[in-house]
Amino acid sequence: MKRYLSFFRLRFSMGLQYRTAAIAGMTTQFAWGFMEILVFRAFYAADPAVFPMSFEATASYIWLQQAFLAIFAAWLLEPEIFDCIVSGNVAYELCRPVRIYDMWFARSMASRLSKVALRCFPIIAVALLLPRPYGICLPPSLRHFALFLITLALSFLVSVAFYMWIYVLTFYTISPMGLRMMVASVVEFFSGGGIPLPFFPDPVRRVLELLPFASMQNVPLRVYSGSVTDAQMRSAIALQVFWLAVLVILGRAMCRKAERRVTLQGG
Amino acid sequence: MRRIDQIKDVLRLYGRYMSLNIRSAMQHKASFFLQIAGQLMTSITTFLGLFFMFQRFHRVKGYTYSDVLLCFSIVLMQFSLAEMFARGFDAFSGMVRRGEFDRVLVRPRSDVLQVLGSRFELTRIGRLIQAAIIFIYGMTATAVEWTAGRVLTVLAMLLGGTALFSGLFLVYAALCFFTIDGLEFMNVFTDGGREYGKYPVDVYGRRMQQFATFVIPYALVQYYPLQYLLGRSGCWLYGLYPLGALLFLTACYGLWRVGVAHYTSTGS
Repeated sequence: MKRYLSFFRLRFSMGLQYRTAAIAGMTTQFAWGFMEILVFRAFYAADPAVFPMSFEATASYIWLQQAFLAIFAAWLLEPEIFDCIVSGNVAYELCRPVRIYDMWFARSMASRLSKVALRCFPIIAVALLLPRPYGICLPPSLRHFALFLITLALSFLVSVAFYMWIYVLTFYTISPMGLRMMVASVVEFFSGGGIPLPFFPDPVRRVLELLPFASMQNVPLRVYSGSVTDAQMRSAIALQVFWLAVLVILGRAMCRKAERRVTLQGG
Repeated sequence: MRRIDQIKDVLRLYGRYMSLNIRSAMQHKASFFLQIAGQLMTSITTFLGLFFMFQRFHRVKGYTYSDVLLCFSIVLMQFSLAEMFARGFDAFSGMVRRGEFDRVLVRPRSDVLQVLGSRFELTRIGRLIQAAIIFIYGMTATAVEWTAGRVLTVLAMLLGGTALFSGLFLVYAALCFFTIDGLEFMNVFTDGGREYGKYPVDVYGRRMQQFATFVIPYALVQYYPLQYLLGRSGCWLYGLYPLGALLFLTACYGLWRVGVAHYTSTGS
């Protein structure tokens, strides 16, 4: 455990060095969030009666999504991990007295967390200052806020566990580009990254809420604004824990298998 | 006569570059097709997003589902065409960082041609075909009557939009001369232009419409010609607005020239 922790610490402080990149990223995310809100404003103006959440809750959803983007973004995978699998350098990793799965898990967690740590506070601060329906609203109670933090942490772990599968699968496909792009767009859409899940037609939404994608992003963002009931919240959390366990246990076993039959590329 | 020979020569060289790029992409066939599939997936999800939104809302700012589909598909075609041909500029920061641009400068050919030739993304063809299918679907679903003027308007939109996005890629590349590294925020204008260009710009409000008219002229290649295309305005002049994007491209080229004059090698 200790070595994974120190590995985590190393990657985390490395990630914190990229401050200019963080500023550029934040500018982009502001623009993105702003445009999203303008789109929803137009739809709200078109027909407020069929709008499935309050406009304030939608705006909060969008800003939180931008603030914590690095937690669940599908395109923030570690290029070094792909490189080392494709180039064959993974042989050195296999020599180390660590479980490769656990090490990469710690590494993904660290680099995502360092990105979020740099970006989330400024975005939330500015979003709090925006005028009423367009900014972020405060959660209805402290309890909601605590539950938001818990579900956020869980969705972070589910996301990392899910993306570990892509690294493991790269052992088999070698060329990760196409797979990455496909997974990225599917995950983004089904987790509520494009349009929030409540905007989907009901039958589709009910299915999607059971899939791991919803556990990756949709749950915490909706818990925050208090637009879900206690019973829904409980089952959502149970589902998150379930998917985390499934993804990690199977992913680890799969990684073990891949390690054993890996063919090293090149010399 | 000499002028025509020169153009022929440039086209022949560009053709060579293209065939080189295609042949090298074909060495990794599985990866090539997976990339096409990946691209298709991205625009399918955007399409599904639109579909689900219009299941619920039916209209936004007076635009129906088929109106928005026409706008979305045309912008997607513009972007895919620009990405297919001008992708070299998008990947230009690597060229500057590795010092490869030095090599470009010492060759007796135009720098723009060489950078254009450095990449030709045939994988974008998947997205282009998909956009064309959505366009045809939108065309049959809409009540618009397809006169010669309207068909020409669509062609002008494709030309102007490709010029606009290519211009943005060119600006992105030109800025690399000053910053060495690519600037992430430019994505807001390129990818963002594609992503948010799926709705006519007046959906975003008056301010955005002004921005998209006078600062970066997205409105010239979608909003104004769409007014004529969808029969919201009888003024056929709107159909010519996309050609204004060519002026934008010229301005971008000016910036590129300034950048080239400024270039100092990274020396690696």
